[in-house]
Amino acid sequence: MQVLIDNFDLILAGFVKTLWLLLFAGLIALVLGTVLVAMRVSPVAIMRLTGTAYVNLVRNTPLLLILFIFSFGLPDVGFAYEVNNYFNFFFIAATTGLGLYTAAFVCEALRSGINSIPVGQAEAARAIGMPFAQSMRAVILPQAFRAVVPPLTSTYIALAKNTSVALAIGVTEAAFIMKKLNNNYATARWPIFFGFALGYMIIVWGIAALGALAERRGALQR
Amino acid sequence: MSAVLFDIPGPRARRRHLTLTVLFAALLVAIAWWAVQRLRSEGVLSAEVFNDTFQNTNIQFLLEGFVATLKAAALGILGAIAFGAVFAAGKLSDHRFIRWPCTAVIEFFRAVPVALLIIGIWFGFKETIGTLMSVVAALVLYNGSVLAEVFRAGINAVPRGQSEAAYALGMRKSAVMTIILMPQAVRYMLPAIISQCVIVLKDTSLGYLVLYDEAVRYAKQVAQFVDNGALLVYGTVALVFIVINYALSKLAAYLERRLAERGQQSTAEAPASATATAGAGAGGGLGARPVGSGVDTGA
Repeated sequence: MQVLIDNFDLILAGFVKTLWLLLFAGLIALVLGTVLVAMRVSPVAIMRLTGTAYVNLVRNTPLLLILFIFSFGLPDVGFAYEVNNYFNFFFIAATTGLGLYTAAFVCEALRSGINSIPVGQAEAARAIGMPFAQSMRAVILPQAFRAVVPPLTSTYIALAKNTSVALAIGVTEAAFIMKKLNNNYATARWPIFFGFALGYMIIVWGIAALGALAERRGALQR
Repeated sequence: MSAVLFDIPGPRARRRHLTLTVLFAALLVAIAWWAVQRLRSEGVLSAEVFNDTFQNTNIQFLLEGFVATLKAAALGILGAIAFGAVFAAGKLSDHRFIRWPCTAVIEFFRAVPVALLIIGIWFGFKETIGTLMSVVAALVLYNGSVLAEVFRAGINAVPRGQSEAAYALGMRKSAVMTIILMPQAVRYMLPAIISQCVIVLKDTSLGYLVLYDEAVRYAKQVAQFVDNGALLVYGTVALVFIVINYALSKLAAYLERRLAERGQQSTAEAPASATATAGAGAGGGLGARPVGSGVDTGA
C-alpha cells in the first residue's frame, strides 16, 4: 500500500496519459470507422471491397505489430511527427496505431447496428417515397445509433485496455509506470498490481456507465 | 443490406455509381503509386533490403518465433476452455457462495488489460513457473473469463424443456449438466470458441513485454539487424497472422451459418440468441448475430 501512496503523483500522471491515448485514438477510430462503414454499406462495389479489405487486414493483425510498424517501420520512410515533449513521437505513433486498429472494430460495431434494423423499416421508407438521404436521416440512422451503443461501448472498453500495449514502445502511460514500479519495488508486487488493476477498472466502469446512460437516453425517445 | 438501403439503380444512378467507381479507383491507384514511390525513394523497396531480410537464417529465426507463438496460443486456448467451463458452471451454480466468487473472478479478469496481467504474473511467478507459463496463465485468465460468459449464455440457450425433461426422468443436477445441457450447448458455442482463438493468437504477441521469444519479438530483432528492413519484416509477420486469423474467422462464420441453417430446419428458438448474447460482451445482446466478428471487440 505504501508504495502506491508514495508514488501517487507518478501513477496519476500515468493514468492521465492513458486517458489522453484513449481520447485521441478514440476520436480517430470514430471518424475513420464511420467512413469505413459508409464504404462498406455503399452501393459502389469497389468501395465495399476496400472497406472489407481494411477491416479484415487490420482486425487480424496483432496490435503490438501495428504499433511497431508505426514507431519503428514508418520512420524509415519519413513518417515521424511530434507535437511537444509530452505528446512526443512515440505518443503520436501509439495514438495513430491504436486509432487505425480500433477503427476496424468501430466499423464492425456500426455495421452490426445498421444490420440490426428490421428490413421492413427501410422498405416502408422506400414505399412512401423517401429518397435515400431522407430515409437514412429520418428512419435508418436514428434507430442505428441506438442499436450501436452496446457494441460500441464494448469496443471502447477494449480500446481503453489496449492503450496498455503502448508501453511496448515506451509511452509512459499507466502500464509503463506499473512495470517501472515493479522493477523498483520488488517486494510490493501485488499491491502495485491490484492498484493499477483498480485504476483500469475505474476507466472501464466509466465507459460502461456512459454507454448505459446513452442507451437509456435513446430508449426514452423511442 | 445494400439491396434494402438502395433501390435497384436506374440509368442515372448507374451512371453515378460508375463515376464514383472510376474516381475511387483513381484515388486508390494514386495512393498506391505514391506509397510505392515513397518506399522506393527512401530505399525501403530494393532488392538489397529484400535479400537481406529474407536470408535463410532470418526465415528460420522467424519460423522458430511462430512455433513459440503457436505453442503459447494452443496452451492458452486449451486452458481458457477449461477455465471457462469451470467458471461458467460456477456462475450457474445454485449456491450463492460458489456463484458470487466465480462472478467476481470473471468480472475482474475481463476488466483488466491482458498486458497488465502478463506483467503482473511474470513479476510474481517467473521464478516458479517460467516465462512461457506466465504468458499462458495471463491468456487463460482473460480469455477463460470471456469464454465463461460465452459458455453460460450457450447453456442458458438450451431450451428449458430439455433440463425439465431430464429432471423429470430423475437425473441429478450434475447429470443434467454433463449429459443433457453441455453436449447441446457446445454446438452453439463452437463459433465463439474459434473466434476466441483469433484473439488468443493475437494476444500471444504481448509475451514480447516479458521477453517471451515469440514471432513479434523475433521480428523486431530481425528488423533491427536489417537496414531499412523494418516495414518488410513487420509486414511479412503481419501477413502470416492475417492469413491464419482470417482462415479461423472464415471457419467460425461457416460453422455459425451451418448452425443457423440447422436451427431453422428443426425448432428455431435457441441458436441465434445464444450466439448474440455471447457476442455482445459487456453490452446487451443485439438482434444481429455477430459471433464471428462480434466477440472480437479488439481486446
